[in-house]
Amino acid sequence: MSEIDATISPGQVILEMKGITKAFPGIVANSDVDFDLKKGEIHCLLGENGAGKSTLMKILYGLYKQDKGEVFYKGEPLVVNGPADTLRQGIGMVHQHFMLIKPLTVAENLVLGNEPTKYGFLIDKKKAKAELMEISTTFGLAIEPDAKIMDISVGMQQRVEILKALHRGAEVLILDEPTAVLTPQETKELFVIMRKLVHDGKSIIFISHKLKEVMEISDRVTVINHGRIIGSVKTSETSPSQLANMMVGREVELIVHKEPAKPGKEKFRAEGLVAENDRGLPALRGIDLSVRAGEILGVCGVDGNGQTELVQCITGMRRLSAGKVTLNGKDITNMPPKRCFEAGIVHVPEDRQKHGLVLDFTVAENMILQTYNKKPFSRGITLRWDEIKSYARRIISEFDVRTPDEDTKAGSLSGGNQQKAILARELSRTPELIVVAQPTRGLDVGAIEYIHKRLVSERDSGRAVLLVSLELDEIMSLSDRIAVIYEGRIMGTMDIEDATEETLGLMMAGSMPASHKGVM
Amino acid sequence: MSRLGKGINWNRLVRSRAFWLGAALVVLITVFSVNSIRSMGGEMFSYLVIDFFSTGIFMATPLILTSIGAVFSERSGVVNIGLEGMMLIGAFFGVMVSYFTGSAWLGVLGGMIAGGLTAALHAYVCISHHANQTVSGVAINVFALALTGFLLKAVFHRAGQTDRVTKLANWIMPDFFRNIPIIGDVLGSNTPPVYIALLLVVAAQVVLFHTPLGLRIRACGEHPEAADTVGINVTGTRYFCVILSGVLAGLSGVTLSLGQLSLFKEAMTDGRGYIAIAAMIFGKWTPLGAFLASLFFGLATGFKFISQSWNMTSIPTDFLLMLPYILTMLALAGFVGRLTPPAASGLPYRRRGSV
Ligand SMILES: Nc1ncnc2c1ncn2[C@@H]1O[C@H](COP(=O)(O)OP(=O)(O)OP(=O)(O)O)[C@@H](O)[C@H]1O
Ligand SMILES: [Mg+2]
Repeated sequence: MSEIDATISPGQVILEMKGITKAFPGIVANSDVDFDLKKGEIHCLLGENGAGKSTLMKILYGLYKQDKGEVFYKGEPLVVNGPADTLRQGIGMVHQHFMLIKPLTVAENLVLGNEPTKYGFLIDKKKAKAELMEISTTFGLAIEPDAKIMDISVGMQQRVEILKALHRGAEVLILDEPTAVLTPQETKELFVIMRKLVHDGKSIIFISHKLKEVMEISDRVTVINHGRIIGSVKTSETSPSQLANMMVGREVELIVHKEPAKPGKEKFRAEGLVAENDRGLPALRGIDLSVRAGEILGVCGVDGNGQTELVQCITGMRRLSAGKVTLNGKDITNMPPKRCFEAGIVHVPEDRQKHGLVLDFTVAENMILQTYNKKPFSRGITLRWDEIKSYARRIISEFDVRTPDEDTKAGSLSGGNQQKAILARELSRTPELIVVAQPTRGLDVGAIEYIHKRLVSERDSGRAVLLVSLELDEIMSLSDRIAVIYEGRIMGTMDIEDATEETLGLMMAGSMPASHKGVM
Repeated sequence: MSRLGKGINWNRLVRSRAFWLGAALVVLITVFSVNSIRSMGGEMFSYLVIDFFSTGIFMATPLILTSIGAVFSERSGVVNIGLEGMMLIGAFFGVMVSYFTGSAWLGVLGGMIAGGLTAALHAYVCISHHANQTVSGVAINVFALALTGFLLKAVFHRAGQTDRVTKLANWIMPDFFRNIPIIGDVLGSNTPPVYIALLLVVAAQVVLFHTPLGLRIRACGEHPEAADTVGINVTGTRYFCVILSGVLAGLSGVTLSLGQLSLFKEAMTDGRGYIAIAAMIFGKWTPLGAFLASLFFGLATGFKFISQSWNMTSIPTDFLLMLPYILTMLALAGFVGRLTPPAASGLPYRRRGSV
């Protein structure tokens, strides 16, 4: 490895993909794609949802086989029969959905497939741990070796993935939307790590939809659209709006324009909500909230302060041990999800694969998950497929869900398009209250623009919107009022005019800024 | 023990309802039978205890062998309902080989190979062709019943059961071991599969939790795609585990036909394959847990026999006959605390995009 390595100096091309074409049934995901990576650079791959980024990376990593085209690594054609081959040659990948074995420890995940042994047949657990500690100190990535994957945060899990790749001698690291699931703080830490890695001579391919991040971290950006390369630019010579333009093919409004809210009467009220999390620990310790018709209430906070449980309690997915929830004055406390839905609450869940979609169902079937038994989708005991399909086609095109047709399985849509499909289903109702959690996670700028506009227009037509997001920018640009959640309590609620990033930041960290004492 | 017991959460076990339920049942039985015991006197009592445990371990052995096989199969991600059928086939071929060769040990080998081959069929259908694992397993059970019934007539020209054949001779432990009170009496002289099963428990626990192979097996059963990305041969590992489970089920069948009896009876496994699967679940997918659960089921069955031979009439025999099955239902209904099977068990693996 090191002998060949010496021939490639920083700035030279280490990896080259030529004329890559890959088709899936009904769709060409990559068409004649050329892509190259230089040693020591962070190269960002940017493109709309479903543009073919993940597909291209999976081909590079050996998970998919291209129909046409070649990959050259360090000047030689890269022959792969599977991901293990690529890994052995120095290409590591951190997937959009992690490849970790949850009940195993960090150290076990690190050495899996490559275990140190003693007496020839037992795993040398001490050595495994030592290997982990060595690599983690070399790259400055602290980690608890004996913790089980299922017990550590998403940020830490990602760190394990990076360590795993480095441990196997990765020279090239592919990071597929690494920041989509990270908190802002974790993202900062990741960037520090990435900078250190390129400093040490590694090369990184980075995928993100967040233009701010792309501008901050990358050296070069390549834009891909509908499976074709649009072009490559140096980050220093471009701007967010130019990138957005290249990506979507039109001007994108990166800022939300909205009229001041004209709130009506109170629609939704939560009083003294108390609930436990999955592990039986207190998650909500007395939450009070209210949302009026025609306003967007943003709930912001650091991940893990009770947002998930709050949303679940409101939508009937988790039992409250105390407290009261009312919608239009009607008590809906601890009603099952179906009743909450029928009472007029729609819900865009944060975990789209687990709670939002049935991945093995078609897009059309997913569109009528809650309304399959209502007119016009059913008559007597039979479903009316013509109605269902034409309805699905209508909302697919209205929300621009990129799918070959309505009969495609939801699981084969790209990450962002799965999200759009859920939003399409939920927002095409006429609800009383819209509860949205992380609505734009993993969406491209064009889609975000559309979703934001849509949420604002729902507000303007008199709906109450409860927005839960980890993105402070999103909260600040959409909300009319902001509630800060911290350790299962609402630290304070304020109008958007009074909110600044500093005060919100302080409150999210649990301290009450002097100027806001007694705002409640 | 503490190192070996790694896969078992002792705290959880003690807190689980089933544990206390089982304990309560044992106490109940003891209290019911205390009258008969009191009238026996000391020597009789120790005979009773010895009889109880010898019968228990004897009855448990086929369950131990099969349930450990089941642990391997499910840990690698393949549900093997077909173990019942593989046991039956193992039992028959063991007797047949012993009949033709006159060697019980060749019979054992034959039974294990037959079990392994049947499992290979299950593996081929489920792993290479992504078939539904439960359907394939049930099909194998039906097939095994028919095949052994047919061969019984074709080879032995008899219905119901085969001729008597050479059975396995007991292994007799060295004197010092046999002189240990109770343990020596219970384990001093037994049919060989008893000892094989006990050694297997230790070996299986070590392999699954302390060797690279075991780590890889568990990885395949939890997240095959992740295993694939680090170069583990998911298909190969699963084939290995399923075939191993069939070999062990075959050995278990032979234990019934050549260890306990000396002939094959139609449908002689009598649901033990299913009980073994329950033992695997009861034991939370660990060899040690499966062993303890099997032992528990074995003792429950054993109690039925000794209560008859010792004239303990205070408990209805029907109830004792039901006991293992009631426990199975409780185990399956999830009274064993939270049961989390390997995340990918039952799911075929196919590398995505390689359409
Ligand atoms: N395994 C698959 N089977 C069928 N179609 C697929 C499969 N994987 C991807 N596709 C299709 O290929 C196209 C490209 O998907 P890909 O996942 O590469 O998009 P992406 O650029 O990563 O999008 P996102 O930003 O939303 O993650 C999509 O239209 C998707 O539906
Ligand atoms: Mg993607």
